[in-house]
Amino acid sequence: MKTSKLQWSYIFFVYVFLYLPLIVLIVFSFNDAPTGAVWKGFSLRWYEKLFHSSTLISGLINSLIIGISSATLVTIIGTLSAVTLFRFKFFGKNFIISLLYILIMSPEIIMGISLLLLFKFLSLSLGFQTLLITHITLCLPFVMAVLFTRLSNFDIHIIEAAKDLGANELQTFFHIILPSIFPAVVVAWILSFTISMDDSICAFFTSGPRFEILPQKIYAMVRTGVKPEVNALSTIIFGVSMLIVIVTQIMLKERKR
Amino acid sequence: MEKQEVLVELRQVNKSFDGKSVLNNLDLKIYNGEFLTILGPSGCGKTTTLRLIAGFEHADSGDIILNGKRINNIPANNREVHTVFQNYALFPHMTVFDNIAFGLKMHKVPKTEIKDKVMEVLRIVKLEEFIDRKPHQLSGGQQQRVALARALVNKPLVLLLDEPLSALDASLRINMQKELKQLQRKLGITFVLVTHDREEALSMSDRVIVMNQGIIEQCGTPKNLYEEPNSIFVASFIGDVNVLKGEVLGFEDNLVKAKVEGRICNIKTKKQLNIGDKFTLLLRPEDMRIEKLSEHPDTEGLMVGNIETKIYKGATLDTTIKLNNGTIIKASEFFDEEYEDFDYNMNEQVSVGWVSGWEVILKDERA
Amino acid sequence: MKEHSLFHKVTIGIIVLWLLLFALIPNIIMFVVSFMEYDSSSFVKAVFTLDNYKQFFSDNYFKIFINSFKIAAIATALCLIIGYPFAYILARSKSKYKGLLALLVVIPYWTSALIRTYAISYMLAANGLINTILIKIGIIDAPLKLLYTEGAVIFGFVYTLLPFMILPLYATIEKFDFKYVEAAQDLGASKLKTFYHIILPLTSPGIIAGVVLVFLPALGLFYIPSLLGGGKTMMVSNIIQEQFTTSVIQNWPLGSAASVLITVVMGLMIWAYYKSSKSFQTKVL
Repeated sequence: MKTSKLQWSYIFFVYVFLYLPLIVLIVFSFNDAPTGAVWKGFSLRWYEKLFHSSTLISGLINSLIIGISSATLVTIIGTLSAVTLFRFKFFGKNFIISLLYILIMSPEIIMGISLLLLFKFLSLSLGFQTLLITHITLCLPFVMAVLFTRLSNFDIHIIEAAKDLGANELQTFFHIILPSIFPAVVVAWILSFTISMDDSICAFFTSGPRFEILPQKIYAMVRTGVKPEVNALSTIIFGVSMLIVIVTQIMLKERKR
Repeated sequence: MEKQEVLVELRQVNKSFDGKSVLNNLDLKIYNGEFLTILGPSGCGKTTTLRLIAGFEHADSGDIILNGKRINNIPANNREVHTVFQNYALFPHMTVFDNIAFGLKMHKVPKTEIKDKVMEVLRIVKLEEFIDRKPHQLSGGQQQRVALARALVNKPLVLLLDEPLSALDASLRINMQKELKQLQRKLGITFVLVTHDREEALSMSDRVIVMNQGIIEQCGTPKNLYEEPNSIFVASFIGDVNVLKGEVLGFEDNLVKAKVEGRICNIKTKKQLNIGDKFTLLLRPEDMRIEKLSEHPDTEGLMVGNIETKIYKGATLDTTIKLNNGTIIKASEFFDEEYEDFDYNMNEQVSVGWVSGWEVILKDERA
Repeated sequence: MKEHSLFHKVTIGIIVLWLLLFALIPNIIMFVVSFMEYDSSSFVKAVFTLDNYKQFFSDNYFKIFINSFKIAAIATALCLIIGYPFAYILARSKSKYKGLLALLVVIPYWTSALIRTYAISYMLAANGLINTILIKIGIIDAPLKLLYTEGAVIFGFVYTLLPFMILPLYATIEKFDFKYVEAAQDLGASKLKTFYHIILPLTSPGIIAGVVLVFLPALGLFYIPSLLGGGKTMMVSNIIQEQFTTSVIQNWPLGSAASVLITVVMGLMIWAYYKSSKSFQTKVL
């Protein structure tokens, strides 16, 4: 069946729907006027204002700290356990996998409040540590999913060959398994980092007032209306996201080879 | 094979998976320097036996002994035994050199020594110019050689080969059979090969073990197994065979007088038989002899049937004969100078016999 | 292999402990708290009560609860109506840029959903792009009230969640063997009947996956109703958020009860998804 012109135009309109709001946001981040959809001339003043906004900058720094540390930790934990889960049959394996499945399906708001209740129960004060735990828990099933997909076509005999040739458990992991799945590990890290940076739900419950991250700051600002410096920030975030998508796609392509 | 020094021994080994018994009180000896093949259908326990020796599986009970030491509790990475895997299991992210050097690196061999050893083994398998290739840039046969080299470079006491030729196409497989055999002779390393291909087993091995359902059916030289199988299973697994039913009629000067599918004959055997005993007679198709019958034959005391199919095979004429009692006999006769154009008509009535002394008698236990 | 090295024991130990402590136990606590009394000083009092649930089913909370499902359902239906033809056309096209086009659907998902919601509010605002254009070309005189309406909230959900509908649909239709369609037509079925009897049932695992992936987040994304719906408490996610984060109310047992109800709905939907995917022997997720 050949796709008709009518069909292509439908496809086109859906893309317009998906991209127009973002494009408008990007274009108007360079508009001189503070509000409204009337073009008043090109300006970088909102970018300037953004870089002087201590609230947004501190939020961004906090987001980067939490993003990098949670992505790194969750990738380590997730990779080690995915490899172990993949290699061995043991009692309770299916239980772990079903818990992960429930975790991936449960809405973030539920995860946020249930963890908040746990932290209260344990009398942990909210801050960096509690948010770190939250983000690791949030990203863990995604990391596992990425690695399971990669491991599903991993030849188990290669591990046996390594042991046969004298490699112990750790040597097998670092010389054989890790290099073969490394692109997937990088993808898992990037995915976790993105999830952590974008988390606009869990953080509201488990970060506390002492350690607020960027989405919380943005939310507080835009609740009361349009803030042009947020347009500028959105443009930067969109640009960085694009870059990440491109990097990930290249990594995934490499993996297929 | 003069000094029969035992290198590997399995004593009363049992192994089951999920309650299903795979090996049953297995006893097995492997002699130093021999080329041993474990032959059997899939699921007979041959691969499990290999994996037990390699250390990838653990025996439920029994002892596995290598060079006089019990190795049950020594992990795979500390055993001086290496494996060539069925699909080669070459490390996809490493070059040929790195693949072969891996075992040496793991054993902390100095770098300069590694290089010399890898080059030496690459020369043996004739792959020097492929040293920097990745596995996916090699053909199946080349990958096979790398897998061999990777195991051999570590000078294992025993080299285990798990159906190493099954992934190759037919002509390459025959070449590799020859090369494997030559390599084994040259290096003097004990090879243990697992296969379900009887020709592979017969053509390469010093000794063949036939396994079935977790036990060893028979063990011997290829010639021994082919000519004197001790069960119908071994006989039919090793080659085509005719299974005939016989009954002891009496004894005549050290010979057993018997009736086999209607044919009265004298058979020489060491087996203890009594009058009236039923037995099974095994005969290879090439042992069979066919005689044409005259117009009105006296068929009393003969095995008589009709030619049902005939296939011209070049060197032989293969026929199947349906005996009057319904039994099908396969025969394979060579053309020779005297009777260059012997032939049969379809449905022609013939009498079937065999070269006396080539038959194998099995006492009928199942009867 | 039966023997595990220390390395394996440690890795398995960490993941098991982590999942128990931070996934299973918190949900049990939430469940328990939903049956406890509210206390203004310590949030929760360890006395058993069904009041939280009663309050939910009698009060005007129930109206909000029903309304949330209504909004989520409308948004899901719209996603399906927009997404199915899109996925169908894209999956069946022979364009060599097909993969790239499918990727283009996912790209917005990589930017923060909060920012995308903000982008919507920017477009729908009284002096936003839509009103400005409509006034410029003379269709209306005064700006329409687009933002802070239920319509805006639905629009926001469709915009944010459409990729989650399209992707599973695309994956299912892509795998669908169109020989079945030819067979049906060969046997005399019209195009409409072929779609209804053949294509629709065989692509339903994708439909159900898409519905689950849109409907569940729509119940949980509280900032969409609060940014696009104005100050009003519009959906159950707002109730939960208010109980846990604003400094005034802090009725944690009530918030927990609301969360338990959402979890139950979620469980039912996942169960339905599993049943249907099993009966079709295909899985999209």
